[in-house]
Amino acid sequence: MTLDKILASLFPAGHDVVRERGLIAGQGRLPDGGAIAVIGVEGQTPVGVEEAAQLAGNVIEVIKSGGNEPILVLIDSGSQRMSKRDELLGINEFLAHLAKCLILADKLGHRTVGLLYGHTAAGAFIATALATRTLLALPGAEPAVMDLPSMSRVTKLSIDVLKEKAKSTPVFAPGLDNLFQTGAVAVTLDPASSLADQLQAQLSRPAERDDNRDQLGAERNGRPKAADIARRVYELARASV
Amino acid sequence: METLNYRNKAQQRAKGTRRQAIVGVVASGNLEVLVERILPDGECEVDIRTAAEGFGEVWQAVISDFVERRSPGGLKLSINDGGARPDTVALRLAQAVSAMEGERT
Amino acid sequence: MSTVTLDNAKVARQPLVSTNSWYEASARQRVEGLLDANSFVEFIGPEMREMSPHLALFDLPEQFDDGMVVGLGRIDGAPVLVAAQEGRFMGGAFGEVHGAKLTGLLRAARDMASMPVLILFDTGGVRLQEANAGELAIAEIMRALMEARFAGVPVVGLVGGRSGCYGGGGLIAGSCSALAVSEQGRISVSGPEVIETNRGVEEFDSKDRALVWRTMGGKHRRLIGGAEVFADDTIESFRNAARYLIELAPAPTLDTLEAEQARLAQRIHDFGDCADALDIWRSLGASEPETIPALSYEAFVALADRLQEPRHDAR
Repeated sequence: MTLDKILASLFPAGHDVVRERGLIAGQGRLPDGGAIAVIGVEGQTPVGVEEAAQLAGNVIEVIKSGGNEPILVLIDSGSQRMSKRDELLGINEFLAHLAKCLILADKLGHRTVGLLYGHTAAGAFIATALATRTLLALPGAEPAVMDLPSMSRVTKLSIDVLKEKAKSTPVFAPGLDNLFQTGAVAVTLDPASSLADQLQAQLSRPAERDDNRDQLGAERNGRPKAADIARRVYELARASV
Repeated sequence: METLNYRNKAQQRAKGTRRQAIVGVVASGNLEVLVERILPDGECEVDIRTAAEGFGEVWQAVISDFVERRSPGGLKLSINDGGARPDTVALRLAQAVSAMEGERT
Repeated sequence: MSTVTLDNAKVARQPLVSTNSWYEASARQRVEGLLDANSFVEFIGPEMREMSPHLALFDLPEQFDDGMVVGLGRIDGAPVLVAAQEGRFMGGAFGEVHGAKLTGLLRAARDMASMPVLILFDTGGVRLQEANAGELAIAEIMRALMEARFAGVPVVGLVGGRSGCYGGGGLIAGSCSALAVSEQGRISVSGPEVIETNRGVEEFDSKDRALVWRTMGGKHRRLIGGAEVFADDTIESFRNAARYLIELAPAPTLDTLEAEQARLAQRIHDFGDCADALDIWRSLGASEPETIPALSYEAFVALADRLQEPRHDAR
């Protein structure tokens, strides 16, 4: 689905979303009449220091406006921008800052929902899609930690070998199925139905107090150990005092 | 990956009261040895997982030598090997027993 | 020699050579050196054999602790939760079990809200053989870390190992209350080789060590405000840094993030046109920026304090 179609299906009741230089910002109206803040990245734009700062600034504005307006993060991004300049300026802080703002917003009552409709990778993936409380996706989305050619270069295994190994596990290769199975994506939406209704339904579900992606990963057999190990360390730590 | 296991009789119990120790790191040319005092005094077991296949005889020789020199009775030594040379293996085994006996290098 | 019970086994990796260098030390040696003697209790230690379930597919050897040591110890008698990465195992990279140990530790810190957390970073980022699990672990760690900080728990990061603090590790570092970094430390999201591959060797020659350190290394991070404390490459220096930073970590609020927004925007404004770290350092007021890499620890700390006072309210 193109972003135009997505916005039309999300906000038949209206929106004022603006798209500029690869970034998305604005507000949409939900079926129940409520407003939802919208931020995001389109066109597989890499997230550099400027982009991260702008997105974070938008989130801070929502927090400062008070209330409990939810925030929708639309994602079709590249990875973090990989340049000398971005590293020189400390892009790790910029990306962390964006994630922190989303996490704070959620904590202060602005429920954060991501909608991955295109690509995302690496540091941008963490700072946008995975910094939301709930990540939704549309079929055709292509999340990745690292593309296979790069993975092939680093691991010194051919792409064919990697693809073969990827048949037996969802734990390393790119793709929506794998990121669904490992627990990153909560729900894949139906592009043939109203996205507005589906988003509203997601927002109506009670918010999970805790981050449940590791549990999802266990239930779906994508991450067999993470939830268990985290829980056991948690219990050992609490029992140690 | 290859798994190897060697059980030996040891002349005597490894000294000290330490229950477990760990030495080394799993990296290229290196290995880790987890040592646990869980066997009867006269026995020693070495359990190995290694990325370098086909070196069973070399391991056997190194371990036999180690058991004879250090008398690691009562100890189970579990190894994750990243392709270390025999002298590095011998060093780590010795360090592991020293750790159990309470000696620090 | 003390008697040690099974319930309370204190596990320490034996050093090849006794060392005071943070860089040369193993994760376990750092933990031991940082904490009061015999105070460390490990959670899910190597004897539990909770290893990666994913490395066998790649014929790669596992490590019993999956390269992450977590537990409880004391510094000057005060309890502290500690997590230390072993940078020599799989480059200290985040795998499923490795990451989950830190996630669980931070969630416990959040709910206990009674002791700080120290994270001893030594990581190349996400472990590619478990990339999706590693990436998710980073996100889960960041969320748990922020929840702990919101609960008033200081989370202090220490960076000085041979694998640096790269990739997702850099994002976790950016989420900490404060950071101490040594000259050997590096903090970055994209690694040198990746930048060179993406942008060409003219922009970034990954083999130019001086360039790598100018761009991502501890001195630059201290000068640009990416870390609060510059530590010497000794365990003692990092221990002092940890003690100091634990005391200075208020719980983050909207004000904190607004201050960070301003701090980061100012950084783009001040240095966004600089081509190299030397230009940034010159802009900060260093009269001979090219001499900075060679400055001794003491001389650099004095210069850094003069040029860029660290903030403690904007991270």
